[in-house]
Amino acid sequence: MPVVAMTVNGKPASADVEARTLLVHFIREHLGLTGTHVGCDTSQCGACVVHVDGRAVKSCAILAVQAEGADIVTVEGLAKNGELHPVQQAFREHHGLQCGFCTPGMIMTAVDLIRRKPNLDEKTVREELEGNICRCTGYHNIVKAILAASQAMR
Amino acid sequence: MSNAATGEGIGQPVRRKEDFRFITGNGHYTDDIARPRQTWAYFLRSPHAHAKIRKIDTRAAEAAPGVVAIFTGKHVADDGLGGLICGWTVSSKDGTPMKVGPHPILALDTVRYVGDHVAMVVAETLAEARSAAEMIDVDYETLPAAVALAACQSKEAPQVHPEAPRNTCFEWELGNKPETEAAFAKADKIVKLDLTNNRLIPNAMEPRAAIGEYDKGSGVYTLHTTSQNPHVARLVLSAFVGVAPEHKLRVIAPDVGGGFGSKIFIYAEETACVWAAAKVGRPIKWTADRSEAFLSDAHGRDHLSHAELALDKNGKFLALRVKTVANLGAYLSTFSASVPTYLYGTLLSGQYDIPAIYVEVDGVYTHTAPVDAYRGAGRPEATYLVERIVETAARETGIDPAEIRRRNFIRSFPHQTPVIMAYDAGDYEASLDAAMKAVDHKGFPARKAEAEKRGKLRGLGFSSYIEACGIAPSAAVGSLGAGVGLWESAEVRVNPTGNVEVLTGSHSHGQGHETTFAQLVASRLGIPMEQVEIVHGDTDKVQFGMGTYGSRSGAVGMSAIVKALDKIETKAKKIAAHLMEAAVEDIVFENGTFTVQGTDKSLPWAQLALSAYTAHGFPSAEIEPGLKEGAFYDPTNFTFPAGCHICEVEIDPDTGVTRIVNFVAVDDFGTIINPMIVEGQVHGGIAQGIGQALLEHGVYDPASGQLVTGSYMDYCMPRADDLPSFNLGFTKTVCPSNPLGMKGCGEAGAIASPPAIINAITDALGIRDIEMPATPARVWAAIQSRPRAAAAE
Amino acid sequence: MYQFNYARPKSLAEAEALLAKADDPKLLAGGQTLIPTLKQRLAMPSDLIDIGGLKELDFIRAEGNAVMIGAATKHATVAQSPDVKKHNPALAALAEGIGDPAVRHMGTIGGSIANNDPASDYPAACLALDAKIHTTKRLIEADEFFKGMFETALEDGEIVKEITFPHPEKAAYMKFPNPASRYAMVGVFVSKGPWGIRVAVTGAGQDGVFRVKEMEDALAKSWSPDAVASIKIPAKGLNADLHGTAEYRAHLITVMAKRAVAAAG
Repeated sequence: MPVVAMTVNGKPASADVEARTLLVHFIREHLGLTGTHVGCDTSQCGACVVHVDGRAVKSCAILAVQAEGADIVTVEGLAKNGELHPVQQAFREHHGLQCGFCTPGMIMTAVDLIRRKPNLDEKTVREELEGNICRCTGYHNIVKAILAASQAMR
Repeated sequence: MSNAATGEGIGQPVRRKEDFRFITGNGHYTDDIARPRQTWAYFLRSPHAHAKIRKIDTRAAEAAPGVVAIFTGKHVADDGLGGLICGWTVSSKDGTPMKVGPHPILALDTVRYVGDHVAMVVAETLAEARSAAEMIDVDYETLPAAVALAACQSKEAPQVHPEAPRNTCFEWELGNKPETEAAFAKADKIVKLDLTNNRLIPNAMEPRAAIGEYDKGSGVYTLHTTSQNPHVARLVLSAFVGVAPEHKLRVIAPDVGGGFGSKIFIYAEETACVWAAAKVGRPIKWTADRSEAFLSDAHGRDHLSHAELALDKNGKFLALRVKTVANLGAYLSTFSASVPTYLYGTLLSGQYDIPAIYVEVDGVYTHTAPVDAYRGAGRPEATYLVERIVETAARETGIDPAEIRRRNFIRSFPHQTPVIMAYDAGDYEASLDAAMKAVDHKGFPARKAEAEKRGKLRGLGFSSYIEACGIAPSAAVGSLGAGVGLWESAEVRVNPTGNVEVLTGSHSHGQGHETTFAQLVASRLGIPMEQVEIVHGDTDKVQFGMGTYGSRSGAVGMSAIVKALDKIETKAKKIAAHLMEAAVEDIVFENGTFTVQGTDKSLPWAQLALSAYTAHGFPSAEIEPGLKEGAFYDPTNFTFPAGCHICEVEIDPDTGVTRIVNFVAVDDFGTIINPMIVEGQVHGGIAQGIGQALLEHGVYDPASGQLVTGSYMDYCMPRADDLPSFNLGFTKTVCPSNPLGMKGCGEAGAIASPPAIINAITDALGIRDIEMPATPARVWAAIQSRPRAAAAE
Repeated sequence: MYQFNYARPKSLAEAEALLAKADDPKLLAGGQTLIPTLKQRLAMPSDLIDIGGLKELDFIRAEGNAVMIGAATKHATVAQSPDVKKHNPALAALAEGIGDPAVRHMGTIGGSIANNDPASDYPAACLALDAKIHTTKRLIEADEFFKGMFETALEDGEIVKEITFPHPEKAAYMKFPNPASRYAMVGVFVSKGPWGIRVAVTGAGQDGVFRVKEMEDALAKSWSPDAVASIKIPAKGLNADLHGTAEYRAHLITVMAKRAVAAAG
């Protein structure tokens, strides 16, 4: 079995894995970081979004071995020194989550979005969330939270 | 300390306690849990809608790498396990009980839908289990399938269960037939409408999952599962399936990622996992992938209806008669039979004073996945029917849609409808007025004209809805066929240091109980919310409970907490009276402090709590040590949330794309504990309603019975850019049937919104009806086939 | 997923050698279609040869009258490229509309065209912009490259290296996404350039991307939305499913073509 090594949330992580192991399963099962979720099997729901070398990627659509040597950030690595990331804060402040299952992927997508497009409007946020499905919130408060976070981070 | 001062009081938009773990990735959903030495289960499912199983050969699969065990229906039957049950019995017009075909955990000799469970493979890894499953050789004799609902009651239709001729499980009726016929006979106007309520697939984002375990030493089984009601699951698994005695079975529903009804039911997979855990002597874990969820989660809706409304010459409704054929799928699921009957027919009066109503519902088996409660459960179907035919009546009589509603609103309460329900409170005109104002009804003609200049079609649609929540009291539901009581339990445990654990039989899977319930308790006891812990979802901690569905947790679950808090206060006052050497009647409890009326004597909450446990000098005959009280609360009636939703759409006739340009929802939920959470519930409900009206459709191929919409490639989930921001408002009439005056808010959005949208689309296009979902292709086709006059408008 | 061997070659040459050696290999170039396919157990390659990270295939160069894009260039990179935005804004906009942001961060242009999903976007751009597809063995004209659903002119062991897009004078792509999958239900790319006028349609055809000669002729006479507005596309040969009939798709081709011409200016 190939040995795969990468940096996850700032720490080195490596394991022997089958080549067919998806990055999401490496993260969840080998590293025990279960904040990253699997909500579909067609790579559409976005519950599994993590950052690979600073960019949002669906960890269910990439093999762990493809991420060899990469710098991975998961939702667990977002808060720094016990302080929530502004996007995390905004999701709580604006009730951008209910059951919480899609939330890690939503938050990771939102952080990436704000990095790419600091000046957001509602239409852009809604379009950019095409790859993230939420069944609880109707997106209303997710959109509000992302807009608020982008303001706060300016 | 006052909770109003800290912003934590009732009515405050308190931020949620549970959010910290979810936004940091520290939630614990079932699939996040790994048990020592756990194995993985994979279910081999039927690829056919209907087939006899001639033979299952598992020999090659058993020898495959990593395989621990393989179970088939024969193993289950040999072990004497019962099948899955329907907990609600409905009777037909002729008095006979519904005709129920057996629902085995794993198929015995017949498979009845694509996805039906054929075998369970247990292996060291999921991949190994799945590979081994591919090696199981099943010899099927494929049979014709009954799929298209409209054709399934014919004599020629393939039979799903021999127990139910013409695939008819029940022929149910409600209302007064002679009175209804008489009213129709003297009507000035009869409006007729045929309606389809499209099949939906729930799609909670967390797929179902289970981990079954068995401890040989104690004989105790433990099941972690994605359940909205773990106690009901335990009861069914014990009393009916016979997995283990109730006191030897622990069911834990940890963080659950959405339910919308689909996680109420007791399914084959979790049953098989917990049962087989004892056989293999190791924990067994199963997590559905999304494709399995599509095939095997209970679906929702799926009605065909014919409705007729009788009116007098003034547009006053005289009578409503309805014939509905409801799809039950291949087997009765846990509450299937109640959904198209008592949760549907009883709401057909809507917000209107309709003197006579008669409804017939045929429950029909088909070779498709079981159909059961999905957000709203029966009530969206009723509301869709009522609000579509009322709108049609308005158009056919030429009476303004708002005016025809006003003329027929129920205005005095209590109001007994002809279909069981006794509405207790409401003000329907108030929500209609507020919604019309919010949508700028007066400005609509100008907006329509402006849109026309841009080549776009605008329409406005109303939905004045009512629903029944709480699903109670137990005596009432029992008389209607429920196999369970529908009360709720609560236990308040005050710890010696003054903080409080509240055990509830409700279950939160997104609704925010940990916050709302704590808000209630904290404000009652005058302590900070952080000192209140809401405990739920574990049968070892909470003694019994009925779970969360039907928007019942506020009205029923919180009422139980209020009742337990009443008892806590009674006992605490007794202790306070003893400690301060005063009469109990003189003790006042306010803002977390006990005082003796007319004196400066006082005792803070924390000190009283400690004293309750030190119990020094208690007169033991009068005061027991400790401070812990429980309560079971059975409401006196259903609750009746109601309101008005108005939708404004703009249609691009070139593509058929419908854009919702404004969606207004004005709801009366009675007392609101946390408006932020309530608004979130409404948003989510509306989104699912928009999904039903515009996007979502569970489709089976009528010939083969294959699920055509088996993934997000074909089942259209609402995305952020499909939806607008919503415009919400509230009116309030207090519910007289529970101590807090609450009505329930979880389903209103999904119940109210579909007819508002379809009324808006048919208004824009000038057509009578369009089938849901009104996809761009359907809207475009409707435009192509419009009468010339309408097209030229 | 079934088991497979995985290799990440350091050069194109090494990739070719690995490809020649393996039993039933597949190239992995981002994997945004391939990985989901493998997860569904719909393919069983013996080896995955990962060229998604090959630096020598990850480039965008504007030279002369064309933009050259390396096969392993990600959709997000194409969308953001100043060269593409300047010389071929329609192509940049198309790339910005592929899948979702996370997919655009992994998916590559080479992977997309080699897969030739009948509902993907790039084939329409290649065909409408007279693109040249450079492989390890030869140069293939876009007109010759796409051979029907999931079929291309690529031979075993042949790897796409680069796609050359000559600059258009005018171009635009209009997509009507499938409401569920968000892939193109109908995508129309119109262009005017040294090659004349081209109209390429993706998503709608049973055999993948195709050109619409009647529209090209009409636009050659008069480059205006009205020129295509009354052209009715025959429904024969178009897809039909629960999302729409062939007639609907035929109609959408006209609507999207009209809008694309309007957008191209």
